[in-house]
Amino acid sequence: MNSGRCSACRYLRRRCPPDCIFSPYFPSNNPQRFVSIHRIYGASNVAKLLQQLPTHLRAEAADSLYFEAQCRVEDPVYGCVGLIFLLQQQLHNAESQLAKTQAEIAVLKSQAQHPQTQQVEAEPEFNNFLQQQLDNAADLNFSNQGSSGFM
Amino acid sequence: MASSSSYNSPCAACKFLRRKCMPGCIFAPYFPPEEPQKFANVHKIFGASNVTKLLNELLPHQREDAVNSLAYEAEARVRDPVYGCVGAISFLQRQVQRLQKELDAANADLIRYACNDIPTALPAPPGVSSVQPLTPRHRPADFNRRIGSEGAGGFYHPTGAFPLPYSFPWNDNSSGDINDGGGEGGM
Repeated sequence: MNSGRCSACRYLRRRCPPDCIFSPYFPSNNPQRFVSIHRIYGASNVAKLLQQLPTHLRAEAADSLYFEAQCRVEDPVYGCVGLIFLLQQQLHNAESQLAKTQAEIAVLKSQAQHPQTQQVEAEPEFNNFLQQQLDNAADLNFSNQGSSGFM
Repeated sequence: MASSSSYNSPCAACKFLRRKCMPGCIFAPYFPPEEPQKFANVHKIFGASNVTKLLNELLPHQREDAVNSLAYEAEARVRDPVYGCVGAISFLQRQVQRLQKELDAANADLIRYACNDIPTALPAPPGVSSVQPLTPRHRPADFNRRIGSEGAGGFYHPTGAFPLPYSFPWNDNSSGDINDGGGEGGM
């Protein structure tokens, strides 16, 4: 029954039984998927992980395992954790930018309400106000505690 | 059990594997005996031989971070066997998307105020947010195959929020100075 083997059994050079734990998630048309998983986790670990899950959750689990394995292949030091760190930094940068933009809006609103204040004279005040907002934004701490916004 | 490790006791890995902890044990520097759960998780998810292979492919100065990231992933997978770390990634991606939208709206407001209310020159507001989307490098080629997407594609949609198990030990000196918005998976 060689022609009906899933990519996992083909890689492992074994017969693919009818109840193969891998075959629904490692079809024969995508051999690379199992190669990455096998390299990082090993076949028996993945089989155990999948067997512990109810059937309707195994597809998502196989996908997430493949994603993490690919991240680890691309970045052997940090794997997908590098991506988490990157996202935390992006979050922090976005917060800082938002605070800066909102500060600029506040200044413009204030100037619109008090038009007698000249723009040229207001520039030092604007810069001081901006700096204050930036300082406040810099106090936002995402990565150290790992808890900002996370349940 | 007789031990030859520098701690005068077997490392957590050798203790778990019930073997003699030899001088030069590859696990000993990273799995101290007082943290048994760390190796237990790593062994459960990755297996000792896979971890050995991974570490042997790295330079010595890279191994500590590699072990810590493997331990982090393993603990995440133990806590959430379906999504593991990907749950946290999905959550963070949604947060970044949300903030991106807020930033775009704020920039639009800024332009409106700048153009309509103040006729004199102003510091030019950023027309485009400098928060860059993730580079394709961080997404496997067929990652989108089974995943439905809302917006920038390829994001996971776990059913619940995923708590990060613990903060990263290498994040203690992180700063907000990195403005390139991505492109590198490592530090």
